[in-house]
Amino acid sequence: MTDKIDVTVWRGTEQGEFSHYSVPRLPSQTVLDVVTYIQRRLEPSLAYRFACRVGMCGSCAMTVNGVARWTCRTHVEKVAPHGVLEIAPLANLPVIRDLVCDMRSFFDKWVRAKGYFHPTATRTDPIVRVHPVTPARRAADAGIECIGCAVCYASCDVVAWNADYLGPAALNRAWTLMNDERDSGGDVRLAAVSGDAGCHACHTQMSCTERCPKKIAPTAAIAGLKRATLVALLAGRL
Amino acid sequence: MNPRAQVQLWAAKRISAAVLALCVTVHLATMIYAVRHGLSATAILDRTQGNWVWAGFYLLFVLAVSVHAPIGLRTICGEWLGFNSRAVDVVLAAMGIALAAVGLRAVWAVFAS
Repeated sequence: MTDKIDVTVWRGTEQGEFSHYSVPRLPSQTVLDVVTYIQRRLEPSLAYRFACRVGMCGSCAMTVNGVARWTCRTHVEKVAPHGVLEIAPLANLPVIRDLVCDMRSFFDKWVRAKGYFHPTATRTDPIVRVHPVTPARRAADAGIECIGCAVCYASCDVVAWNADYLGPAALNRAWTLMNDERDSGGDVRLAAVSGDAGCHACHTQMSCTERCPKKIAPTAAIAGLKRATLVALLAGRL
Repeated sequence: MNPRAQVQLWAAKRISAAVLALCVTVHLATMIYAVRHGLSATAILDRTQGNWVWAGFYLLFVLAVSVHAPIGLRTICGEWLGFNSRAVDVVLAAMGIALAAVGLRAVWAVFAS
């Protein structure tokens, strides 16, 4: 293990350049530790985003040596065994400054995908009992732990090629709701996620599934949406 | 394009891809067989002329290509070249029809000539 890490960090907005820093290497050091060291000791004007530091909030995702990752859960020794780190903002999102991205387009697409709950009952109705082992509930459970970190979105080539594409996270959210038996927005949601900017644009490259820190498989969710749209088409509901 | 048409397009692409997976395999195996056994053009035509099975097979092959290629090119035009207009759809539909016409002419040639 080298004593120092040679770190290059993106400075600027969409236009900018990488700056070089030398950071002491420590045992069990995370990439977020490295960024924090730079901001506190070397470059106070460095902008970056984090909150929980334990992999719960999803706010510290950055591009580390070319791969989108949670920096708080990424050990330096895992991604930079030779002591060289390149840290950049997430891809496919506008850069506000340095390592901070504008997440609005990411979350706006959740709304476009109808990734919100359409209730079938009112607050005066009894609480619906959802059996945990039904196929639908299992399918929802498989994707429900998404915390919206945008690692999948930054890893998706289709988003890079087609800025309108809803992206893996929004489509995964739509699929969890399609499998929520309390939800009534199914057909409207299927129409919203169909087409050139929706689930049918996915090339099944599986970068999202490969990179998801929560081990969710948005690719499977997107495949589920494709099947559901076809069933809806054949049933005359689309 | 409305969602219904989008899903129809996707289904056509998937179904034609499944057909092509079979057709390309059979076509390649047939080519390898013909080459390794030294079949001449005359010998091949002897087998295909008036053969409804081969004509049906290549008819299916040509139709699958005619459906699949324009849809795939439409995606490439949109994602890589940024061409998303209605005019592109029309041009690609015309290309699909042209592919079908040329392919069917070839099928007819080896079946009837």
